[in-house]
Amino acid sequence: MYEHDITLTVNGATEELTVESRTLLVHALRDGLGYTGPNVGCESGKCGACTVHLDGDAVKSCTLLAVQADGGAVTTVEGMATADGADGPDDAADALHPIQRAFHEEHGLQCGYCTPGMVMTAAQVLEENPDPSREAIRASLKGNICRCTGYHNVVNAVESAADSLRNLDSSTEGE
Amino acid sequence: MFPPQFGYRRAGSVAEAVDLLAEFSDRDARVLAGGHGLLPDLKAGREAPDVLVDVGGVDDLRYVEAEGGATAVGALTTYADVDENERLWSRATAFAEAVSHVGDVQIRNRGTVGGNLAQADPSADPPAAALVSEATLVARGPDGRRDIDAADFFEGDGGTTLRDGELLTEVRIPAVDDGSEGSGATAGGAYHKETHPASGYALVGVAAAVVVEDGDVTDARVAVNGVTDPPRRLAPVEAALDGAPADAESVEAAADRATEDIDPGAAVSDAYASGAYRVEVLPVHVRRSLETALDRATGAAATPTRPPHRPAADDGGDRR
Ligand SMILES: Cc1cc2nc3c(=O)[nH]c(=O)nc-3n(C[C@H](O)[C@H](O)[C@H](O)COP(=O)(O)OP(=O)(O)OC[C@H]3O[C@@H](n4cnc5c(N)ncnc54)[C@H](O)[C@@H]3O)c2cc1C
Ligand code: FES
Ligand code: FES
Repeated sequence: MYEHDITLTVNGATEELTVESRTLLVHALRDGLGYTGPNVGCESGKCGACTVHLDGDAVKSCTLLAVQADGGAVTTVEGMATADGADGPDDAADALHPIQRAFHEEHGLQCGYCTPGMVMTAAQVLEENPDPSREAIRASLKGNICRCTGYHNVVNAVESAADSLRNLDSSTEGE
Repeated sequence: MFPPQFGYRRAGSVAEAVDLLAEFSDRDARVLAGGHGLLPDLKAGREAPDVLVDVGGVDDLRYVEAEGGATAVGALTTYADVDENERLWSRATAFAEAVSHVGDVQIRNRGTVGGNLAQADPSADPPAAALVSEATLVARGPDGRRDIDAADFFEGDGGTTLRDGELLTEVRIPAVDDGSEGSGATAGGAYHKETHPASGYALVGVAAAVVVEDGDVTDARVAVNGVTDPPRRLAPVEAALDGAPADAESVEAAADRATEDIDPGAAVSDAYASGAYRVEVLPVHVRRSLETALDRATGAAATPTRPPHRPAADDGGDRR
């Protein structure tokens, strides 16, 4: 009752591990499995640095027990870029997800601590609403705090990512 | 911040949850739903239960259904589920709007309606709306089903009249009698909140539900969270509106009576805002909530069908 063998599918890979009841998902991911994309900021559910997707929904992995996620599919920021093509600086940039590339191009980050969480929240938001207003982008990032950049470039990045994703969508339509 | 050690068991059904709670009746066993109220409490050391009975996977408790005149909301329905439910927005507007003010995208994906009401935080958003909706909270325990009026549910300091071993399973919201059978009466609801920028909770949150017939208010219900503990209806405001013309003057006069039976010394007071401040601004928020509810009842404003943070893709919002 105090230790649990759980299975998580992380970025498509099946991972088995033993956790305590009290182990938080973010610690299982970082310390148990080595996915250090989700960061620990406030530890109280407010900053969003630990945001991952669980079964398709953006969640704060510091406010979830690992055992609650047993059997679930987790996507971390490591799962956003395509794995191949990372042989050099140019290829690495190509491998980035359009949202990651937009943060890079719009200077939507400084230290980058909040960025994995921002990217994961933005990904869910853009999936539901591919053409959000700036106001809607701001409202949807309410649970993600950035201590460095301020939010203007973050909003620019999400808006620019929305444009690229819509273009991608229309160019692949009918394939 | 690691929570202290505890045992954990997952329930696959309501019956199994009730059995597990009974099995651990000699220990400090606690229900775990979304965990967004409980885990912060565990991490901060405010709570240290022995065993958590996780009902998060009981999908049978995740629904919004029409039943007779009422709308039944399963306890495990998430805030995000409520956002998308047009029936709740149109039939229980104050409730849907209050739920839409909770937390942020991530919190809303996990937190549940039942967990919020069971947690009964005096500054949470949904309780005032449950009060003005005259909702019934359905509990299941070893002795079967028990129906509790929202008015009898909240006890202050996060307490509720749920008994040990009982699970909250459903919130039933009766349809407002808006005389849709032909009398010409129309109903409107609203929730208005002054959000504390750091905590995200309500410093003051006011839910209002009104019925208007031939230009007069025939039913008005108003309740507040964040100011009194527990949240409660504001009887003097309701009385002032009863039978009054549905206009700005009536709202103003009613809002002036917002603090009439509130003891400022007993008002909620914490690091975020003093009780005196909350009582001082309450009438303003009562007025705003009532204005919106009346505008929606009279058709002067449209009743929203989804929350502002989840606009439809073609909301035509300002793009740059
Ligand atoms: C960052 C952050 C911001 C927040 N902002 C807001 C806000 O703006 N407004 C607001 O209202 N709330 C807010 N909350 C609180 C949160 O939304 C709720 O308290 C929480 O979601 C409760 O639902 P849950 O399913 O997560 O419950 P849990 O955390 O699982 O449980 C909460 C309590 O209720 C009990 N419980 C849960 N379900 C049941 C049941 N079915 N039967 C009996 N008992 C039960 C548990 O035992 C526990 O005591 C915030 C929380 C966080 C972390
Ligand atoms: S670390 Fe999870 S929200 Fe801040
Ligand atoms: S870039 Fe440093 S916290 Fe956001």
